[in-house]
Amino acid sequence: MSFGPILSLVTWLPIAGTLFIFLIRDDGEVSNTAARRVALMTTTITFLLSLGIWAGFDPNTADFQFVEKYDWLAGTISYHMGVDGISMLFVILTTFLMPLCILASWVVIKERVKEYMIAFLVLETLMIGVFTSLDLVLFYLFFEGGLIPMFLIIGVWGGPRRVYASFKFFLYTLLGSVLMLLAIMAMYWQAGTTDIPTLLTHEFPTGMQTWLWLAFFASFAVKMPMWPVHTWLPDAHVEAPTAGSVVLAAILLKMGGYGFLRFSLPMFPLASDLFAPLVFTLSVVAIIYTSLVALMQEDIKKLIAYSSVAHMGFVTMGIFTLTHQGVQGGIFQMLSHGIVSGALFLCVGVVYDRMHTREIAAYGGLVNRMPVYAFVFMVFTMANVGLPGTSGFVGEFLTLLGAFKVNSWVAFLATSGVILSAGYALWLYRRVIFGVLEKESLKNIADMNRREIAILAPLVVLTILFGVYPSPLIDVTEVSVRNLIEHYQAALAAVDATSLAAR
Amino acid sequence: MYSAIVFLPLLGALIAGFFGRQIGARASEIITCTLLTISAVLSWVAFFSIGVDGGEEHVTVLRWLTSDTLQVNWAFRIDTLTAVMLVVVNTVSALVHWYSIGYMHHDPHRPRFFAYLSLFTFAMLMLVTADNFLQLFFGWEGVGLASYLLIGFWYLKPSANAAAIKAFVVNRVGDFGFALGIFAIFLIFGTISFEEVFANAPALPEAARTMTFLSWEFDTLTVICLLLFMGAMGKSAQFLLHTWLPDAMEGPTPVSALIHAATMVTAGVFMVARLSPLFALSETAMMVVTIVGATTAFFAATVGLVQNDIKRVIAYSTCSQLGYMFVALGVGAFSAGIFHLFTHAFFKALLFLGSGAVIHAMSDEQDMRNMGGLRNMIPVTYWMMAIGTLALTGFPFTAGFFSKDAIIESAFVAHNGWGFYAFLATVIAAGLTSFYSWRLMFLTFHGRSRASADVLHHVHESPAVMLVPLGVLAIGALGAGYLFKDLFIGGNHEHFWREAMAAAGGTEILEAMHHAPGWVAWSPTVMMAAGFVLAWYMYIRRPEVPVALARRHVLLYKFLLNKWYFDEIYDFLLVRPAMRLGRFLWKQGDGRVIDGFGPDGVSARVLDVTRSAVRLQSGYVYHYAFAMLIGVAALITWYMFTGSVH
Repeated sequence: MSFGPILSLVTWLPIAGTLFIFLIRDDGEVSNTAARRVALMTTTITFLLSLGIWAGFDPNTADFQFVEKYDWLAGTISYHMGVDGISMLFVILTTFLMPLCILASWVVIKERVKEYMIAFLVLETLMIGVFTSLDLVLFYLFFEGGLIPMFLIIGVWGGPRRVYASFKFFLYTLLGSVLMLLAIMAMYWQAGTTDIPTLLTHEFPTGMQTWLWLAFFASFAVKMPMWPVHTWLPDAHVEAPTAGSVVLAAILLKMGGYGFLRFSLPMFPLASDLFAPLVFTLSVVAIIYTSLVALMQEDIKKLIAYSSVAHMGFVTMGIFTLTHQGVQGGIFQMLSHGIVSGALFLCVGVVYDRMHTREIAAYGGLVNRMPVYAFVFMVFTMANVGLPGTSGFVGEFLTLLGAFKVNSWVAFLATSGVILSAGYALWLYRRVIFGVLEKESLKNIADMNRREIAILAPLVVLTILFGVYPSPLIDVTEVSVRNLIEHYQAALAAVDATSLAAR
Repeated sequence: MYSAIVFLPLLGALIAGFFGRQIGARASEIITCTLLTISAVLSWVAFFSIGVDGGEEHVTVLRWLTSDTLQVNWAFRIDTLTAVMLVVVNTVSALVHWYSIGYMHHDPHRPRFFAYLSLFTFAMLMLVTADNFLQLFFGWEGVGLASYLLIGFWYLKPSANAAAIKAFVVNRVGDFGFALGIFAIFLIFGTISFEEVFANAPALPEAARTMTFLSWEFDTLTVICLLLFMGAMGKSAQFLLHTWLPDAMEGPTPVSALIHAATMVTAGVFMVARLSPLFALSETAMMVVTIVGATTAFFAATVGLVQNDIKRVIAYSTCSQLGYMFVALGVGAFSAGIFHLFTHAFFKALLFLGSGAVIHAMSDEQDMRNMGGLRNMIPVTYWMMAIGTLALTGFPFTAGFFSKDAIIESAFVAHNGWGFYAFLATVIAAGLTSFYSWRLMFLTFHGRSRASADVLHHVHESPAVMLVPLGVLAIGALGAGYLFKDLFIGGNHEHFWREAMAAAGGTEILEAMHHAPGWVAWSPTVMMAAGFVLAWYMYIRRPEVPVALARRHVLLYKFLLNKWYFDEIYDFLLVRPAMRLGRFLWKQGDGRVIDGFGPDGVSARVLDVTRSAVRLQSGYVYHYAFAMLIGVAALITWYMFTGSVH
């Protein structure tokens, strides 16, 4: 197959877009419009190009595809890129959501438009890079580099408490980053390479696996975010501009789950096995605890943020069951959550742009003036609740199915989350959408305009399409997940065999 | 043809839902009604070709979920049980669609209403045609969604919104068990297709006979059946999970007739019948089904005695009748349970639509204390309601007579402790049913009117588009029992049911019913007559008696009127604590503990340290200390790594 360096193209194209924005001479509104257009065009072309990856992707092999490898730093650290069934769809998810984010910021962002667009384009490159890089150091650069534009987006274009939020965001992730860097150094010293495909076949000593696993866990758990290191998320979401929230919920959170799948499970299988009960505990606590907290929220964005934490609990639980359904469900849940939570934040953005408040109490009776909005919001509420026929169901179902195989207590407690999610999601919907439209301030609120419909319509379609026919996504992951699990089981079996032999 | 039966209503829902504004309300009505009528006609064709002529159809529509050994398709399985359900669902739904044209004609949101109705019908059809557990679950939650939307249809009313959420969440509690049941099925059988599970269930290998659920070892099939039954209890509003059904009466009355009487609430009964090959293998599960059913039949009937809202009386009656159906299933007389489901659909829909006509005539008044004497003002409605009441109470040769008596007899001949309990409960409930049904009739139609002159002035008979569906249902309420009893529970039942349910619907117990003592067969009829006489005495002859009774037994009256205080108990035990816990975890857990010791705490400490450093007038100490710390850390790291290489 010859696609040229398509991964590099997709990864770096957004950066190329920023060059064009730099070229725009600064003269007010004209340059702002130009910056928006360049950003939209760049992200759209990137998306279209990335579809080529999907089209050319061979789902029948677990090997990395579209591989590019060049020497980079002193022959040890190389520029190595490639995707497999686990990472490929995250690339598509990222490129798909970015044009929508640019569109969502079209009118709202009036200050420093050029800088804003540059930040988003840089962010896109860094996020795609996380999923395509096949070298630890390269991965680390992308992974941590992504924090900087996100930090700026919250800190510059955020709400009133943006400094507190971005500081909290930074403090949490810093801890994880430092530990992960140390772990990467340790891995290099031990294995003599930072090449991911090589490391995937390398066997780390049992004791070392534990420490490395914990170091990576510190980083991924914060990103995910898992309970109890989740408290940065509600604040970050509340303060971030709409598009920032979308990227945060839909893509940045997925890096944690992706990290578990790419590093923790295959590279440290013994430690993963050892710590799985810990992960289950934290996941179940996350599902129940944050659902209860979500129930009592007074801020729409915070409520959705907490529900994100609960949904990510299903992901970590599913991944660490190491069953076929659990892992596939975890991946699907991440993709679906990318669509649904992104859409929910866009929905909040629609009313926030009109009313400039996220207080649930400030709304009520919107259906009277915004029927289209009510419909769209209903679809995503139901997807959030995990109604069969929406994409939200498939992931939840598969992860729970996997969990039940491993431990019925985990499945039992996690399933109770479906009751709580129905509670908080429907109660939110009722308070915002239903009822009599009494508030004077809402009397003239307008329904969604064409731009907003254009943003949300594809998400509605995908939510239902992947609920009814999830195969396009599931089939891509099939072989890679099987390979992952077989590799994992082989590693555990090998240890069992040696310990038996030693006895 | 089967795809058409299922998808025509969906088509109608999509057209009315998305283009209702463009094509107008009238066009939406006609399109949905027509499509539903076609579906209904085709359903009867299916009923005769599958049920009467014998046959079974499987149609695969689309691949749904594939993950390793889990393989699920969107597929239809049409056997006799499904055919019966198709007929029930589509007939009642079509009639309700037509009726709604008249009932809703003042409402500005008719396209939305008809879209929801058709959407509900589609979900219900997916439920009854499912050939695997997951599609059953899809239909299950789909009807839940439609029910939520329809209960909350009048979204301006806070009570309607609250009732809608309550219905959804309480059902979710049941679905929680249902979902776990599916997981257990997949764990044990490695598949979730009905066909394969049923085939493998009787001969489970020794190791799979028991399974560990939570921390205990249980009989596998018992665990599975009880978990699944939890779902059935939620959907069919059985004792403990019944609280949503009376509140669901906030929805428009046609909705109550379709969803909360004839179809959706019977989904639990359908589920147990569908899974009868599993349930029949677990005696414990069957016992639980019987006891829950019997308890519900009795409990709901007692509450129905004192309710004043005309729709709530019928709602509790539905609850109670569903209990009857579960009793039949629980003692193994599956065919009798489904037979009652079939006849009940007719007369209960008739009663609901009739009460809708009353409410319509009374300018949206639902309190029976403000009615009375309507018999001569709306005579057609009166006679329709009378037919429904006769059928419900089991007057000889009406529909309810055959099906309800069959259930009571089957409970008696079950010859076990819980069977006898069920027999007692259902016989007593038969008396209570008769009493509250006739109380409803007398309060509404007889005596002197208690309505205001203004309301009375507007009382009018409903238009033909509402009365004709009533007439059709009345024919069903009168004749469905006599016409179909031979097929469902009589001599032809084995040929009719074949493989659709366990033991062809319970041949053994149907056989035993013929040898039941005479007094058993007569007892429900006697109870019915007694209930009627008592109601007549208390509400026609001596109307002051009920008031005096209520005053004398004020505690009992309050207990019944407040529905055994279930709402209050749940609110106190579950809802409030959940909210309090949520607030506590948010403010104390997230706020004080995690943030307090996490980021906020760290930054506060750092500030403290810097401040004290400044106070010592040696601002550089902190920097030195920090630099040293970093140096030490780097040194240790270096030694660690070089050490690990060698």
